[in-house]
Amino acid sequence: MKKIKKEPQENVAFYNNPEKRAIIYQILALAGIFIFTYFILNNMFINIEKRGINTGFDFLSSEAGFGIVQSLIEYDESNSHGKVFIVGLLNTILVSAIGIFFASILGLLIGIGRLSKNFMISKLCMVYVETFRNIPILLQILFWYNVVLASLPSPRQSINYFDSIFFNNRGLYIPKPILESGFIAVIIAFILAVIACAYLVKWARKKHDETGEEFPVAWTSLAILIAAPTLVFFVSGTPATLEYAELKGFNFTGGWTLIPELLALAFALSIYTATYIAEAVRAGIEAVPKGQKEAAHALGLKEHIILKKVVLPQALRVIIPPVINQYLNLTKNSSLATAIGYPELVTIFAGTSLNQVGQAIEIILMTMAVYLTISIVISIIMNYINEKIKIKER
Amino acid sequence: MAIYETKQARPAPSGTKGLVHWLKENLFSDIISSILTILSFILLYITVPPLLDWMIFDATWSGTKEEITKDGARWIFIYEKFNQFIYGFYPEEQYWRPNLVLAIFILYTIGFRNINNTLARAFIIISFPIISVVLLYGGFGLEIIPTTKWGGLLLTIVVAAVGIIVSFPIGIVFALGRQSNMPIIRTISVMYIEFIRGVPLITLLFMSSVILPLFFPENMDFDKLLRALIGITLFQAAYIAEVIRGGLQAIPKGQYEAADSIGLNYWQTMGLIILPQALKISIPNIVGSFISLFKDTTLVLIIGLFDVLAMVTLTSTDPNWLGFETEGYVFVTFIYWVICFSMSKYAKSIEEKFNTDHK
Repeated sequence: MKKIKKEPQENVAFYNNPEKRAIIYQILALAGIFIFTYFILNNMFINIEKRGINTGFDFLSSEAGFGIVQSLIEYDESNSHGKVFIVGLLNTILVSAIGIFFASILGLLIGIGRLSKNFMISKLCMVYVETFRNIPILLQILFWYNVVLASLPSPRQSINYFDSIFFNNRGLYIPKPILESGFIAVIIAFILAVIACAYLVKWARKKHDETGEEFPVAWTSLAILIAAPTLVFFVSGTPATLEYAELKGFNFTGGWTLIPELLALAFALSIYTATYIAEAVRAGIEAVPKGQKEAAHALGLKEHIILKKVVLPQALRVIIPPVINQYLNLTKNSSLATAIGYPELVTIFAGTSLNQVGQAIEIILMTMAVYLTISIVISIIMNYINEKIKIKER
Repeated sequence: MAIYETKQARPAPSGTKGLVHWLKENLFSDIISSILTILSFILLYITVPPLLDWMIFDATWSGTKEEITKDGARWIFIYEKFNQFIYGFYPEEQYWRPNLVLAIFILYTIGFRNINNTLARAFIIISFPIISVVLLYGGFGLEIIPTTKWGGLLLTIVVAAVGIIVSFPIGIVFALGRQSNMPIIRTISVMYIEFIRGVPLITLLFMSSVILPLFFPENMDFDKLLRALIGITLFQAAYIAEVIRGGLQAIPKGQYEAADSIGLNYWQTMGLIILPQALKISIPNIVGSFISLFKDTTLVLIIGLFDVLAMVTLTSTDPNWLGFETEGYVFVTFIYWVICFSMSKYAKSIEEKFNTDHK
């Protein structure tokens, strides 16, 4: 609250002087916090000593002694709790990234769908949003995991797509690309293609500024990005092969396995978050004044140009902040994995590791610190984007 | 003599009215739209009839477990376990106590609306929590029902209600703190709010269930439910604070200046001028925050409390009723959906009611 600066009054008692009173309030607040902190820390040390709880971060280097069903890096039972922390963190990032990717696509489609002139499409999208937004995310995760995935067939009766993708109650099996040394050429080709596209964009913008001619940048870039690496891939003699999953005994081996816990979690997170993203997209597009579109029409611009150059740039300004917030929510909600046992940070570190070493304070604080860091990083990114896209006023 | 002759208005061109026109405009306006319409109908055709069959036409509604012959939903499971879903392990002969709390709540709500006496209103607000605690927990001659026996929807509502009621004043304090011009108070508020909002609720629940007991003298025995309530309240207060801050920021500076000019002090300014307006603006968002909290109460199952969702797992492990999760989940989904959907519709209606700028 901004107050008008008051004239200093000499003759009033100090407790009636707002500035002096403010200092007293703050000193009292600080003192209260210090006393409270001292009280809880004191109790904590007494309790720790009485119960014989270890303290410190030595446990991070001691052997974990338990297996983890899915890990992005090499991990076995002899690894330390510190490694468990890393594995959990990577799994959190994995499921969040998958969730964010699909939630964005689905949310965008549904959000646009709600504004469709087609009666059926807009009503179906509305039903989708109103249904999934009003059901707790944990319930959705449990439902997909315990009801839908559990009712899938066993590995022997897998649902089979082209003999290369298998889907059963143990998970989803997809072919795994095995890269040979020659693949580096393909990667280089891709990087060169990206650089070429950057130059293309620059050149097209310059051309547009000078002559007013439009060059189809998006399609050309896409073509370059796909064609160049593909060409190099075949010229260099296809330096990658696919390893297919095979049914051996009772289960599949080889290939990439997406465990059911990951599927259920990513699926539920995407579906749930997409409802919020859809609402953000809809609100953003609706926030663009109708006059903007009419003015663009009056200038004789084509429909897709209006969308690209008039409506979207203004809508994105409204859409981006809430959508990024939803990304953050999705990441935090991924911690609910602990209810179905997907091995992310909370499940294996704040769960299994905590039960083994019993150092609740260190472990919970470390877990919280991870999420706090993620949320601070995201809010820094958001402020940067907001700064970039805000209306430039003279 | 008239200067001009009035002509009869011509009828609208054929095909701009009626069902055919509506279909053409809303379903088949162009090729893409037509394809989408047909796809939607196919989607509805493959999902809705089987769902209706399962839920209604093939469902078993009554009787005993042995009488299930059809493939549809077996709602007799819900019927059989209904009391557990609602009351948890609360002793059956004491069900009248939660029921009475509900009845008093309804009576008080009606009373609150129709009584304009401030004292009577204050009495209602203060007496309700006390009466509820005494009735639900016991004491004063009533048999004590330990909180470990509370469960089901009863527990869900207790957690949500306590979270909502207790977090509200705390949230207001932190919102005012964040807007205050005392740097230390502001820093404390900002740190609290950002910390709580930056971490998942589940870690806060873990913290309050695992670490909190370490913070207090050993003889202080913390009830499991109480610990969960502390975690939920800390969490909700931060979110409420942010919602109210939004309302506070929307108040024009002139309102503060006017309050200053008539000589009101800080608390008078806030209590009489600023907060009533800020709260009014924030009502839709406050309700939104309540809905989130109501959904988030499901998380207490992770720290071992038996809310209505946890009851699904528990009841379907009953050896006599194995494998009835689906019906349980659908039933609980229904409960949550109805409550959350009506709350959000309610929020929308107040938003319209309070919308005083006439567009």
